[in-house]
Amino acid sequence: MIRALLLALLLPLSAQADTLRMAVTTSFENSGLAEVLLPRIAADTGVEVQLVVVGTGQALRLGAAGDVDAVLVHARAAEEAFVAEGHAPYRRPIMYNDFVLVGPASDPADLARATDAADALARIAATRAPFVSRGDDSGTHQAELALWNAAGITPDGPWYRPVGAGMGAALNTAVGMGAYVLADRASWLNFGNRGGMAIAFEGDPALFNQYSFLPIDPARHPTVNAPAAAVVESWLTSDTARQVIDGYRVAGQQLFTFNAE
Amino acid sequence: MTDLLAGLREALRLIVTLDADLIEITARSLQVTLTALLIACAIGLPLGGWLAVRRFRFRRAVIAVLNALIGLPPVVVGLVVYLLLSRSGPLGVLGLLFTPTAMIIAQVVIITPLIASIAHQAMRDLWADYHDLLISMNATRWQRVTTLLIDGRRALLTAALAGFGRAIGEVGAIMIVGGNIDGATRVLTTAIALETGRGNFALAVGLGLILITIALLVSGASHWALRTERRSLW
Amino acid sequence: MVAVLPLTLRAATLRRRGQVLVGPVDLTIGPGGITAVIGPNGSGKTSLLRMMHGLERLTSGSLDWSLPPATARTRQSYVFQRPVVLRRSVLANLAYPLRLRGVPPATAEARARAIATTFELTALLDQPAPSLSGGELQRLALARALVTEPEVLFADEPCAALDGRATRQIERHLLAAADGGTRLVMSTHDMGQARRIATDVVFLLHGRVHESGPAAAFFDAPQTPQARAFLNGDIVE
Repeated sequence: MIRALLLALLLPLSAQADTLRMAVTTSFENSGLAEVLLPRIAADTGVEVQLVVVGTGQALRLGAAGDVDAVLVHARAAEEAFVAEGHAPYRRPIMYNDFVLVGPASDPADLARATDAADALARIAATRAPFVSRGDDSGTHQAELALWNAAGITPDGPWYRPVGAGMGAALNTAVGMGAYVLADRASWLNFGNRGGMAIAFEGDPALFNQYSFLPIDPARHPTVNAPAAAVVESWLTSDTARQVIDGYRVAGQQLFTFNAE
Repeated sequence: MTDLLAGLREALRLIVTLDADLIEITARSLQVTLTALLIACAIGLPLGGWLAVRRFRFRRAVIAVLNALIGLPPVVVGLVVYLLLSRSGPLGVLGLLFTPTAMIIAQVVIITPLIASIAHQAMRDLWADYHDLLISMNATRWQRVTTLLIDGRRALLTAALAGFGRAIGEVGAIMIVGGNIDGATRVLTTAIALETGRGNFALAVGLGLILITIALLVSGASHWALRTERRSLW
Repeated sequence: MVAVLPLTLRAATLRRRGQVLVGPVDLTIGPGGITAVIGPNGSGKTSLLRMMHGLERLTSGSLDWSLPPATARTRQSYVFQRPVVLRRSVLANLAYPLRLRGVPPATAEARARAIATTFELTALLDQPAPSLSGGELQRLALARALVTEPEVLFADEPCAALDGRATRQIERHLLAAADGGTRLVMSTHDMGQARRIATDVVFLLHGRVHESGPAAAFFDAPQTPQARAFLNGDIVE
């Protein structure tokens, strides 16, 4: 062990040769899909993908600064602005997962009879049932705000509780308060402390959570590894990727749906 | 309680099986922290000695700034170092972001004020003792500082160990500038943060126990080395 | 080698926070001998020695060696009333002033061992200096001051806290140093010691030189009533 430690200490500090640095969001990393995807990419293309796991906002900032070669995020409006500003030449949709509304099993707002996501939120607001919001400007938080906006509701009042925390902490808070909360399906399936909570509403396409790949424009940042980005992009949109992504299961459930064109 | 016990078991399992990932991130933790410590000591110890020996106009101000810098949140240091090393920042051409070198830079910024401040306090007391003697012997400024550093080595070891402890346990800054990239910049602390976020509490606690063990070993080894020195240096 | 002496003080004055510690003093220290600076407590003995050695900067007046100040500083040593030793071994303490002057380690160690023999410190060479007894500490301080073979040695109450035997040892070494050509300027409150070893006396009162001259003449026939009172053991104000 000591010899191994010494050997590692003497190794050079620099990174390996053909690597792609990609900024991804915490929810993607937490889904566990990366642990399946990255070894396949390395085996098929020889490119080692290094993930820098950060929030959506920071991921796009890293891309805009040229500090990563590509970005894989889920915030459509922000991505389009990113492309419009010229940081990436285009956004390439890869796959989606979905959000679910989680709440107490007793379902006090009667979400079971909701017709769509907007109706579900309207029922929560009408019954003033407690609702925990991430409140941290993450992709999930932005999706939640967009849903309230689409329902024509400005959430306000003591029943609406922004916690300014990550997904796990927000779920823990919701369990403690018996509140509704919007979560991505992967986080919910991997969550250990469910208490008396269950999925109260799911399935509306408005809840779909599109992941897109954005290669950083080499014209703007000459130091980015554009060839590696192209190789990884073509792999992510291949039939092999479709099989790996659609075949990924957590607790017997499919998390992601491949939809690249 | 069950998580803590599971963490203990996890730590033992990782050590007994010589887990390859564990060895890699442990070696990187030591490599980054010891390099940062070496650089920070090379700057901080003479600086502390110099501040104890030299009377100049803004000395109090410098000491106040030093003590204030100790309280600087590592996340802020990380952010500033990130902005400097970013491709779009002034030092972007060096391409150091998301490398162990960037993590070393951030740690040097974090622990140098701590080391300099502790060294200064120890050197100040020693200097009060030695002042007249060294002036009488016509020692140059540099000779005064080196004499204080050599004779105050026990206190300086304490300063270095404090720096080591802060660096090896630091997570906020190196997360930002290192990126916690698996196989490239992941170290013990960022791995602990990651596993906590994933809810793998047992693994996180296990890694934490290994981190504490390393800190204890380093501290014990340096005290042992100092106790067994046979002959004083000159 | 051009001699560093005489040392000449003209109206040399040392003030701190508006209070005169010593001066104005007019004094010449010529080559050879042992000068004892005596006087009641608070008369300025320590301040005068520190000022002459350059540990204190003159507030006014002048202090001149016959060589430039930077050179003069390398040809003198000082022994403090409370011995200050480095937190190192006795050997390292003795070699330290030589190492400061760029003497190679092997030569410095040889000279340190040689002077340790003279000062009966050989058995203590490997001990940490701070662990020595009072008499041993003062011997070490004196040996360390003399290892550079200074032309002038200032000693502030070198036997203040010592018993009879240790005092006799130190006096023997002081006399030997003076015989070897080192000019001694020492303060003492012990009139017996001043009578035993001094060749000249400077009697300080209220920071000024009240009376000075050859030791024998001073002790036989002090010229001023204050000096007479002091030698009689009266309180002098």
